[in-house]
Amino acid sequence: MELKQQTIETEPNLPLKVENKKSKTPGQIALGRFLKNKLAVLGVIVLTIIILAVIFAPLITDQSPTKSNLLLVERGPSADHPLGNDGSGRDNLARLLYGGRISLIVGFSAMVCTLVIGVLLGSIAGYYGGIVDAIIMRIADIIMMLPFIVIALTVVSIMPKVSIGSFVAIIAITSWPNLTRIIRGTYLSLREQEFVQGAKAIGASDFRIIFKHFIPNAIGPIVVNATLMMATYIIIESAMSFIGFGIPQPTPTWGNMISEAQSIRILRNSPEAWIPPGLCIFVTVLCINFIGDGLRDALDPKSNKR
Amino acid sequence: MYKYIIRRVLVFIPMLFALTVIVFGLMQAAPGDPFTGKLDPNVDPEVYEQQKEALGLNDPIYVQYFRWLGNMLQGDFGESIVYKGREVTDLLESRVSNTLTLGTFSLFITILFSIPIGIYSARKPYSILDYTVTTFSFFGLAIPSFFFGLVAIYFFAIQLGWFPSQGTVSSPNLQGAELFWDKIHHLILPGLTLGLGGMATYTRYMRSEVLDVLSGDYIRTARAKGMTENTVLYKHTLRNALIPIVTLLGFEIGAILGGAIITEGVYQYPGLGTLFINSISSKDYPVIMVIALMIGFFTLLGNLLADIGYSLVDPRIRYE
Repeated sequence: MELKQQTIETEPNLPLKVENKKSKTPGQIALGRFLKNKLAVLGVIVLTIIILAVIFAPLITDQSPTKSNLLLVERGPSADHPLGNDGSGRDNLARLLYGGRISLIVGFSAMVCTLVIGVLLGSIAGYYGGIVDAIIMRIADIIMMLPFIVIALTVVSIMPKVSIGSFVAIIAITSWPNLTRIIRGTYLSLREQEFVQGAKAIGASDFRIIFKHFIPNAIGPIVVNATLMMATYIIIESAMSFIGFGIPQPTPTWGNMISEAQSIRILRNSPEAWIPPGLCIFVTVLCINFIGDGLRDALDPKSNKR
Repeated sequence: MYKYIIRRVLVFIPMLFALTVIVFGLMQAAPGDPFTGKLDPNVDPEVYEQQKEALGLNDPIYVQYFRWLGNMLQGDFGESIVYKGREVTDLLESRVSNTLTLGTFSLFITILFSIPIGIYSARKPYSILDYTVTTFSFFGLAIPSFFFGLVAIYFFAIQLGWFPSQGTVSSPNLQGAELFWDKIHHLILPGLTLGLGGMATYTRYMRSEVLDVLSGDYIRTARAKGMTENTVLYKHTLRNALIPIVTLLGFEIGAILGGAIITEGVYQYPGLGTLFINSISSKDYPVIMVIALMIGFFTLLGNLLADIGYSLVDPRIRYE
C-alpha cells in the first residue's frame, strides 16, 4: 500500500494513473468505508450528543452538582430536580451531567497517557531490539502478571490520597504493556522492510524513521486500540469509583453516583438516582466500541468491505 | 513438545519470584510500619526502637524480603493488622473456598451458555437468532458488571423476589441436598454477573471458530461421503472447534478472579474480593499482600496451563 501511495504522489502524470482519475487517498478510502458502517456512524452521532450535553451542562440545569441541601436528602423527582436528590441532598441531574465530564475526561486522558507511554516504549523496544527490548518486555510481562484491577487497587492502597491526576497516572502506569506489545509486534515486521532499509541507507535519524515511517504504518492498530482502551477506562473508572477507590466524593462521576446504590434503601427506593448514570456508561461504552469496530474495518487495508 | 513444556515451566518460576518482589516492593512503599496507629504516644521512643529491632524492621531490605519469602513458603502469612492477632491463614480459609465456588460456578455458566449458542449462531450465520446473539454479546461487553449486578438485584431480588440479594446461605442449619440447592440459589445472580463478560466473549469466539472449521476441506469431504449433518457437526467440527476454546479458558482464570472483586462487592459475597476491598480501606497490608499474591499465582498458573494445553493440541506451537 505504501509503495502505491508514493507512486501517486511523485509521478502523477504516468499514463496508467491518468486513466484512474477517481483514485482516492488511503484516508478517503478509510473514511468512505467508515461512513458505510451504520453502527459506527450511529455511535459517532450518539457520542457527540453525550459530549455536547456534558459540555453545555450549565445550559441544561442551573443546579450545582456539589452543593448539598439537607432538606432534600434522598428526595424523589420534582420539577426543580427531575432525577431527585442523592444521599447528601445534591441534585442528581446536575451530578449526571457534570459527572459525565469527569468520567469522559478521565477515560480520555488515561487513554492519551497510555498511548504516549505505550507508543514510546513500544517504539524503543521494537526499533532497537536487543537488550533494551528485553528489559522493556520483561517489565511489561511482570505488570501483566496481575489482573489489572488487582494491581491498580494495590497501588491505590499505598497512596495517601487519590485525585483525578493520580488516578489517571495509576491507570496509565498499570496498563501500558498491552499497547506496547501490539506496537512492538508491528514494528518487528516493519523493521526488515525495504523502505526502512532505504531510509537508513540515506542516513535518516532513528527519530525520523520512528515518526515518519513506523508510526504512520502502525496507525491502524494504534487508533483502534486507543479507541477501545478509552471504553475500557470508562468502565474501570466507574468500577473503581463504585467500590470506593476511584475519584473521591464530592466530585461527581458516573461511577460514584452508582456507588450510592450500595445502600439497599437507595437501590430499592430511588432507581431514578442510579439507573441513569449506569445507562450513560453503558451507552457511551457501546458507542465507543461501535466506533472502534468501524475503525478496525475502515483502517485495515486488507478489508474487502467497501 | 516436552522440551517446550519444561521450558515453559522454567519460565514460570522466575515469574513467580518477580511477582513476590513486586508485591513486597509495593508494600514497602506504603507509608507507616506495623505500629502505626497502635502506638501509645506515651511509649518511650527507645522501647519503640527495641521493638522495631526485635521484629527485624531495621534490617536491610533484602534481608527482610527473604525472611518474609521464607515465612510465606512455610505457609506463615503473618498476622492481620486490623483483626488483631488473627492469623491471615485463618481469615482466608473460608473466603478462598467461597471465591473458588463462585468462580467455578460462573465458569460453568459461561461454558453452558456460550458453547451451544455459539455453535447455533455459526450453523445459521446471518439469521435472526445470529443477529440477536451478536447484539447481546455487544451489550454484554459494554455494560459494567457492577451495574448489571445492581439491575439484577433490583429486578430479580427486590421486585420479583426470586433470588436472595446477598450472602451464601439463607440459614446455617441447612444440610445435605437442601444446603446444596440453597447455595446454588445464592450463586445464580453473582455467577451470572461475573460470567457476563466471558459469555459475550466466548459466544463470539465459538461462533467464529465453528465457522472457520466448517469451511475446511475435511468437512466438505465428510459431507461428500454422505455423512449426516449431525455427524459432521458433532464428530468432525466440534472436536476441532472446541480445542482452542477449552484451552483458552486457562486465560480466563485471571479475568474471573479480578472480576470477582467487583462482583463480590456488589453482592456483599464473603469471598476474597470483599476481604481485599475491606483490607484496602483499612490499609491492612499483610492481608492485601497475601491476596494479591494468591490472585497473581492463580493467574500465572492459568496462563501456564493454557500455554501447555495449547501446545499439546496444536503441535505447530513452539517456544522461540
